Amino acid sequence: MPKVIKTEVEFEGRFYEEYIVLEGEDLSPWGPDRDRDFRLVGKPQPRVDGPERVTGAAKFTHDVRLPGMLYGRILRCPHPHARIQRLDTSKAEKLSGVRLVLSAENAPEIPWRMGLTKLFDRTLRYAGEEVALVVADEEEICYDALELIEVEYKPLPFVVDPEKALEPNAPKVHESGNLLNGAPEVYERGDLQKGFEEADVVVEGTFRTQSVLHNCMETHGSVAHWEGDTLVIWDSTQHIFGVRAQVAQALGLPLHRVRVIKQYMGGGFGSKNAAGKYTVMAALAAQRTGRPVQVLLDRFEENLAAGNRPSTVQTLKLGATREGRLTAIYHKSILNVGAYAAWPASASGPTKRLYECPNVKTEDYSVFTNLGPFSAFRAPGYVEGTFALEAMMDELARKLSLDPLELRLRNYAEVDPITNKPYTTKGLRAAYERGAQLIDWEERERVKKERSRGTKRIGFGMASQIWGGSGGPPAYALVKINPDGTATVITGTQDIGTGTRTALAQIAAEALGFPLESIRVELGDTQWGVYSPLSAGSMTLASVGPAVRAAAEDARSQLLEVGSQVLEIPRDALTLENGEFVDSRDGKRSPVRTIFEKLLNYTIVGQGARGPNPEDKNVNTFGAQFAQVEVDLETGTVKVERMVAVHESGRVINPLTIRSQLYGGIIQGLGYALMERRLEDPRRGIVVNPSLETYKVPTIEDVPEIVAEMVDLPDPEANPLGVKGVGEPPIIPTAAAVANAVADALGFRIHELPLTRDRVLTELLSRDQDRGRGRGEGDR
Amino acid sequence: MVKVFEKRESTLGAADLAGPDPVSLSLRVNGQTFSFVAEPRRTLLDALRYDLGLTGAKKGCDEGTCGACTVLLNGKPVYSCLLLAVECQGHEIETIEGLAKGGKLHPVQEAFVEHDALQCGFCTPGQILSIKALLDENPEPTEEDIKRAVSGNLCRCGAYPHIVEAARAAAKKLPR
Repeated sequence: MPKVIKTEVEFEGRFYEEYIVLEGEDLSPWGPDRDRDFRLVGKPQPRVDGPERVTGAAKFTHDVRLPGMLYGRILRCPHPHARIQRLDTSKAEKLSGVRLVLSAENAPEIPWRMGLTKLFDRTLRYAGEEVALVVADEEEICYDALELIEVEYKPLPFVVDPEKALEPNAPKVHESGNLLNGAPEVYERGDLQKGFEEADVVVEGTFRTQSVLHNCMETHGSVAHWEGDTLVIWDSTQHIFGVRAQVAQALGLPLHRVRVIKQYMGGGFGSKNAAGKYTVMAALAAQRTGRPVQVLLDRFEENLAAGNRPSTVQTLKLGATREGRLTAIYHKSILNVGAYAAWPASASGPTKRLYECPNVKTEDYSVFTNLGPFSAFRAPGYVEGTFALEAMMDELARKLSLDPLELRLRNYAEVDPITNKPYTTKGLRAAYERGAQLIDWEERERVKKERSRGTKRIGFGMASQIWGGSGGPPAYALVKINPDGTATVITGTQDIGTGTRTALAQIAAEALGFPLESIRVELGDTQWGVYSPLSAGSMTLASVGPAVRAAAEDARSQLLEVGSQVLEIPRDALTLENGEFVDSRDGKRSPVRTIFEKLLNYTIVGQGARGPNPEDKNVNTFGAQFAQVEVDLETGTVKVERMVAVHESGRVINPLTIRSQLYGGIIQGLGYALMERRLEDPRRGIVVNPSLETYKVPTIEDVPEIVAEMVDLPDPEANPLGVKGVGEPPIIPTAAAVANAVADALGFRIHELPLTRDRVLTELLSRDQDRGRGRGEGDR
Repeated sequence: MVKVFEKRESTLGAADLAGPDPVSLSLRVNGQTFSFVAEPRRTLLDALRYDLGLTGAKKGCDEGTCGACTVLLNGKPVYSCLLLAVECQGHEIETIEGLAKGGKLHPVQEAFVEHDALQCGFCTPGQILSIKALLDENPEPTEEDIKRAVSGNLCRCGAYPHIVEAARAAAKKLPR
């Protein structure tokens, strides 16, 4: 009998209520004691789809080619804020090969971004916002046609600096004002004033972090095609079911008439969590032309309109006792969310949750400006917030003459500081210990003394990480046992490059007693009808994995039941191993497919659902990173010599692919710490570096030695697999650890990212000048 | 590429802007000859992807800054988005689709799978071809040689450490 349960699920620091339907019995958790029995789980496993990815056979949305397919390109507004006075597409429409031009003149009014704008709006609120779509036989013709569209804009006053946007007479991005929801998001526990009164020491600082761009290698895009009355969309997305719901709503279609497919995608990092305007435009164009339409963004559009990590201005104040116990934290953040926001941004997550502290107040101001809208970017808010919080912790340690690591241990949270619930597991202490060992933390002063020569200064720094990553319901899966003795896992999740397909195959094979080669995983298609959540928030494996295991256990038990009757072996004497029935009485083996020789085309279908998360416990992921840097006082160059990362995310299913994720997060974190920055021209209100030539992402030559390890700590209370998420954790503490190491090397702190040569030199020079004027005392 | 911020004043009529008419082109790709008709402004990348249906080379930027479109031209890695198809006639072009022979992966491809030298896989064909070209010329590369060879191939997922491992392993595997 199906059982309906209401439960609470965390996603990127916010809690949501979910209803789920459970069937069958509760699974016994795979606890630490099961480890010795595993054939596949916990073993390094090359990706099951590796061959497709290395041969060019993997079809990305960019690669979809359909008979008669047309190409669409978008005309974008050159002004940061403007109203369209006149729009004439007639010349473009007359160009040979152009099949359609969509704009505010002829497209339906479809509300977009929570109703703040429309699919084609006549008021444009950032440079790069969509004005028209040209659809033509060839891409090159689209470019010609874009130049033939005549638009007269009335430029409007604009603002790109979030602090200026909060001033009373600032130009308004929206009529309702520049502060999202008209007020900051405020969190408070204890008594802040009392907490500061109890403090023996107080540190305070203001930190600035930059906007950074996802720069997924595959730009955003969709291919839309009508099959009869059904709209089929290939979308480079992290959430096929979300795109389906959004597109169905935009076009007024029932859900069952929209099918969304995503097999391979070239990165998302949070920027592909929802449908884009390009998705709906492709669908409308396909409807109007009766032909498949592909709409892809180019690199410039990607960097103007496809999301970013908001810049922040953060003010933090920490109070602590002489013994180094935190008594109070105040944290105010101003976040530049750009022209539109679906939810408030926040940088205060780590402040609320990382350390035990009775008196905390945080305020997050999400501010609209005339820039491209923000979107989730790998651990949104936590990367920014951890940088500021961990810098302040180091300042506190210095003031108290305490080892930074020791200070963190003295404020170690044994229960979640927000909910007061204990954690299911918390491997942070183990991560600190192992990380300190790997970087040789105790020897750092000796190494600094020995290696700092001439203009070079060596420094060490560390930072901690907390994140959700529990995953949760609803997530469903089917496991089919096919008549040829193979099995198919069916679920509506996505493999966004993290290795989901491989991990799910390992789990299914393990639970079924099948070899890995006989498992096929079908995902990324809403047509199967088996829902899974978006692949974001480090929640994919911990959400879908348990559902797959449940479905596989159900299929296995049906298979044993049927097998026992066909083979005439008592049910309790029959087991499955490596795709064969084993009669435990005489050890006789028969391949699974033999029973189907008698049953012909009978197919077994097992069902599985993700159960609820524990109610009385918190499920979180933890980690610590340590950086060793060399700073050149003459050139301002920061060279990271070594990064050590140790993370705890429950059980490790695939040590090979998890290492890829750790490296990936750390390298993106290094880009954030040292080189990446979207530059805006405040006078013109435009982004001046929306290309990969001018926006610097790390190349292979920018990568230092990285030592990355997991604390492999199965978490049987979190879910029956004992897994938690790992996608976001490794990017969270990287910039913080690097910035702390740079401060250690320099002997003073730079409060702004990225730590480019320019910034380091400027700070060094200003200090030299101060010193020249005799004001250098008490540096830091 | 779309010029977002400048609108060129056009005094030409629509028909003139379409450019010269399509011409017959012939390319040697993966040892085979392909003939097709395309406008002279068609890049090698677009010709491969649209006219030949070889979508292994990817379009990440279309202006020579990401390396996802890397193919081999007479054995040397090139950005196919920076070449016109017309100027590649008469040259030997190798794409990722030509690497595996008889259903067996090339040792560089094998090493990329074994060492998980990829995540999303979008930049992977370009990375593999750059490494292949390196190993063809220098069978015993140093770590520096390897990094130099793929320094023009961006990977946003950060597979770099595993790419170095894979290149080293492939160098050991390849016949000398």
